[in-house]
Amino acid sequence: MAVTEYVGVEKITGPFLLLSGIPGVGYDEIVDVLSPDGGVRKGRVVLVDRNSTLVQVFSGTEGLAPASTAVRFLGRELEISLSPSLLGRTFSGIGEPRDGCGPVLGGVRRAVNGSAINPMAREYPRDFISTGISSIDVLLTLIRGQKLPIFSGNGLPHNQLAVQIATQSRLVGAENFAVVFAGIGIKHDDAAYFQQRLSAHGQGGHLVLFLNLADDPVIERIATPRFALTAAEYLAFDLGMHVLVIMTDMTSYCEALRELSVARGEVPSRKGYPSYLYSDLASLYERAGVLRNGRGSVTQIPILTMPNDDITHPIPDLTGFITEGQVVLSRDLEARGIYPPVEVLPSLSRLMKDGIGKGYTREDHPDLAGQLFASYSRVHDVRSLAGVVGEDELSPADRASLSFGDAFERSFLSQGGEENREISQSLDLGWELLSSLPVQELSRLSMDEIEKYIRKKGA
Amino acid sequence: MNSGRIITVNGPVVRATGMRDFAMREMVTVGKLSLLGEIIRLDGDDALIQVYEDTAGVTVGEPVAGSGSPLSVSLGPGLMGSIFDGIGRPLARLMEKEGAFVTRGVSVPQVDPDRTWEITPLGKVGDVVTPGTVLASVKETSLVEHRILVPAGLEGEILSILPAGFHRASSVVAKIRDSRGKERSVPMISRWPVRTPRPIAERLLPDEPLLTGQRVIDGLFPLSKGGVAAIPGGFGTGKTVTQHQLAKWSDARIVIYIGCGERGNEMTQVLEEFPVLEDPRSGRPLMERTILIANTSNMPVAAREASIYTGITLAEYYRDMGYDVALMADSTSRWAEALREISGRLGEIPAEEGFPAYLPTRIAEFYERAGKVTTLGGTRGSISIIGAVSPPGGDFTEPVTRHTKRFIRCFWALDQHLARSRHFPAISWIDSYSEYGDEVKDWYAANVNPAWASLRERAREILAEDDKIQQIIRLVGEDVLPDDQKLTALTASLVKNGYLQQGAFGPDSYCPPEKGLAILDLLLGFHEKAERLLQRGCPFSLLRGMKELVELTHLREIPAEKKEAFADLKKRLFERMETVDRERIAPGREG
Repeated sequence: MAVTEYVGVEKITGPFLLLSGIPGVGYDEIVDVLSPDGGVRKGRVVLVDRNSTLVQVFSGTEGLAPASTAVRFLGRELEISLSPSLLGRTFSGIGEPRDGCGPVLGGVRRAVNGSAINPMAREYPRDFISTGISSIDVLLTLIRGQKLPIFSGNGLPHNQLAVQIATQSRLVGAENFAVVFAGIGIKHDDAAYFQQRLSAHGQGGHLVLFLNLADDPVIERIATPRFALTAAEYLAFDLGMHVLVIMTDMTSYCEALRELSVARGEVPSRKGYPSYLYSDLASLYERAGVLRNGRGSVTQIPILTMPNDDITHPIPDLTGFITEGQVVLSRDLEARGIYPPVEVLPSLSRLMKDGIGKGYTREDHPDLAGQLFASYSRVHDVRSLAGVVGEDELSPADRASLSFGDAFERSFLSQGGEENREISQSLDLGWELLSSLPVQELSRLSMDEIEKYIRKKGA
Repeated sequence: MNSGRIITVNGPVVRATGMRDFAMREMVTVGKLSLLGEIIRLDGDDALIQVYEDTAGVTVGEPVAGSGSPLSVSLGPGLMGSIFDGIGRPLARLMEKEGAFVTRGVSVPQVDPDRTWEITPLGKVGDVVTPGTVLASVKETSLVEHRILVPAGLEGEILSILPAGFHRASSVVAKIRDSRGKERSVPMISRWPVRTPRPIAERLLPDEPLLTGQRVIDGLFPLSKGGVAAIPGGFGTGKTVTQHQLAKWSDARIVIYIGCGERGNEMTQVLEEFPVLEDPRSGRPLMERTILIANTSNMPVAAREASIYTGITLAEYYRDMGYDVALMADSTSRWAEALREISGRLGEIPAEEGFPAYLPTRIAEFYERAGKVTTLGGTRGSISIIGAVSPPGGDFTEPVTRHTKRFIRCFWALDQHLARSRHFPAISWIDSYSEYGDEVKDWYAANVNPAWASLRERAREILAEDDKIQQIIRLVGEDVLPDDQKLTALTASLVKNGYLQQGAFGPDSYCPPEKGLAILDLLLGFHEKAERLLQRGCPFSLLRGMKELVELTHLREIPAEKKEAFADLKKRLFERMETVDRERIAPGREG
């Protein structure tokens, strides 16, 4: 379709421009908004009608005057230009170069909205990623092609954990890996931290950044993860790379979505978020996985800060319903100096069951993990009981449970920010901790396992 | 064919004009890309259309074409073992045609009309047939004999029928002269509008259990063939794993699994696992009795709304052939949210939490399509529905869970605390219920074990009592409890860890009802005997110290065929308990 340009808009409200009905304009089409000073902003058609066309401007409508604003309809969806020279580059939240190196040339163009992967074309992810972190490797195993978010809170070390996963995981280190980082409304310092730490590990050339910083236009945040994921899909499915996508902070993304929805006057759902928040988040998170006939993979680690540390808030809640598990960070563990402060009980890796055990990690892994969860869950009950009746009044089994809990937190959960533990080392550590408990308490193990791993040790 | 013009595009909702001759709920194709849609409101010359595919790039003025019929699915041999999207397009064909990503405006036939099938005619020329009469059978898979039936509303005399042998799916199976003397054809592939329930002769009482191989369900909260159950739970409580378990091990003849707004990888998992997993009863791959409907969470929301109806229509089709069908819908909350999203775009006045006021009606209509029935042909068939519900924040008082509870009779509440301590299936023994217990009692008594009902009742009593005792323990600790309460807490813990808890993988994944009852019988037998010993004055601490107790939590590791192992252990345990009691009274005798 030919590019058409219209001068003059009827109305400007919030981030929206209202134009008269323009024939031939497509829903979701991308536009250039030209201000009299020669500036160009990107916008998107969000409603077409016989009498009116509604355009949402990504970088806001500040400084635009109805009479002098021109809108150029480009006849295509929001796109990104992709080529192998993407690696090592930094872009803005809407895919414009931010590093002064000019546009990506000579590549393919893709619409950033993407399409759903046909479930027939997927391969069920089963390849274990060793992160070198005991709590994750043993209890919340990360699988190549998984989407595993970190549910964190303000002030918790989620950035440090994400960097540790990115640098220690075996995904990284091979030739064909890449890290795509989408910074959505994040602080300048956080962006610099990621860039520096990953470059310090020699991954600068494997890194692609899409940055929408806290002071960048809010509406752009809607587009940022889509640009990052389109780039990731290109690297994975066209170039055959194993791509780790870190998206932070998804809470800022959802808030941008809410702002836009309210501006459009839509009927709000829970806490003012639009009713399509689930579908919208799914359109991002589902863009992870492994293709049956492809070589690469897209693994996602979205980070979100739970408002007021509330896991039932719509953002973590809907995320948890879409993603394949979650890693929950705990303020309490953090305060006690335990890093990484992974609260294992509410955490979960859904793909773990098929990627561990014999032929994957080690045959004792599944039951060991199940027993550690069960025993640690009991620790919490005993601790609250001890808080009421005092430790002295506890039964011997309860006291064993308490000391197991302390040892579990001090030596299993806690490890150094650069410490990279082998999976077998982490599993052995787990057995060692369990052998301090009475045998009657180990109901998740089989009799054979008790004999092999617990009694032998005792003898 | 009728046609109109688009005047507004607002996401999945499109308004068109020039639509006076269209019918409500008619299926239409929208725009130059021929996107599929359905008319949901007619207003003078204008119509509102919900579009099942992404509307990006659609412009004002593009055409809308009618199809003359409501949203329908094609029914015929070749459905079994396939995976469809929400509006019934086969995903395998879509992939052949378009590659790894699902694209728009692609039209592929649901059932391959060119595939040939071996047909065995079961009627002959001159036979007088009525609706539901089996005209011919087709071996669809090794597990499913597909039956071509005389459709509803047609009776008369067979004029011609296909001879035995191989015929294309597009063939006409028989020609029938109806009561008015008109000649009518019965094709192998028929079509049915998904929102209309298929007719039956009579509803029956669902008095036979759907055996699931899951101890907590078969033993405590049974579901009937033809029954309706809901599994509500917050994220990570194991809804999907439980649904998969039921799809794998339940003794239904046909399984329809609807992934409604859920993860793509979960559908892929079923696609990879089911062709290699064996049905425990027939030894054949599970995929041969399974149909999947996949509307993953990133597929268009309007098709999510349709996926439930597509699934239940397929279920009714196989029910009419006389099969027991189990339908899993994961998750009905996503379906309800799709209703909410469309309703919001239509500007309807919302009722609770933005959901439209007709939400309960729609939920009821869906669950009421389940049931055990006498089909038009006089055989018995059933549809059992197991709907997952995903309440926001795990809060069961939200509208979808609340309304669902009104229309189901079996409630398997998933408990966050159990899930966190990895007690699976995390079905709460306190909040769950089943109204089918009384109806299936006689069947169990006749076919498995006459003690089923009494064991179930006793186990539930102990668990309920334990729930109260646990509250006391949380306040003052276990030591101060009287011995009989300590025993109840111990037995309850054995029942929880040794009976209710069950792995989803490995040999324990499927537990035949006989084995489940053997475990329960042993645990409750222990309780009863221990109670008697306590009454005689034997202190609890002596019983607690018996090393046989460890074995009681590992009963599930005993293979189901080793029936004598349970009897042996029971004998050994009881003897040991007697010994403990004797030693107490005469401690000197042994030494």
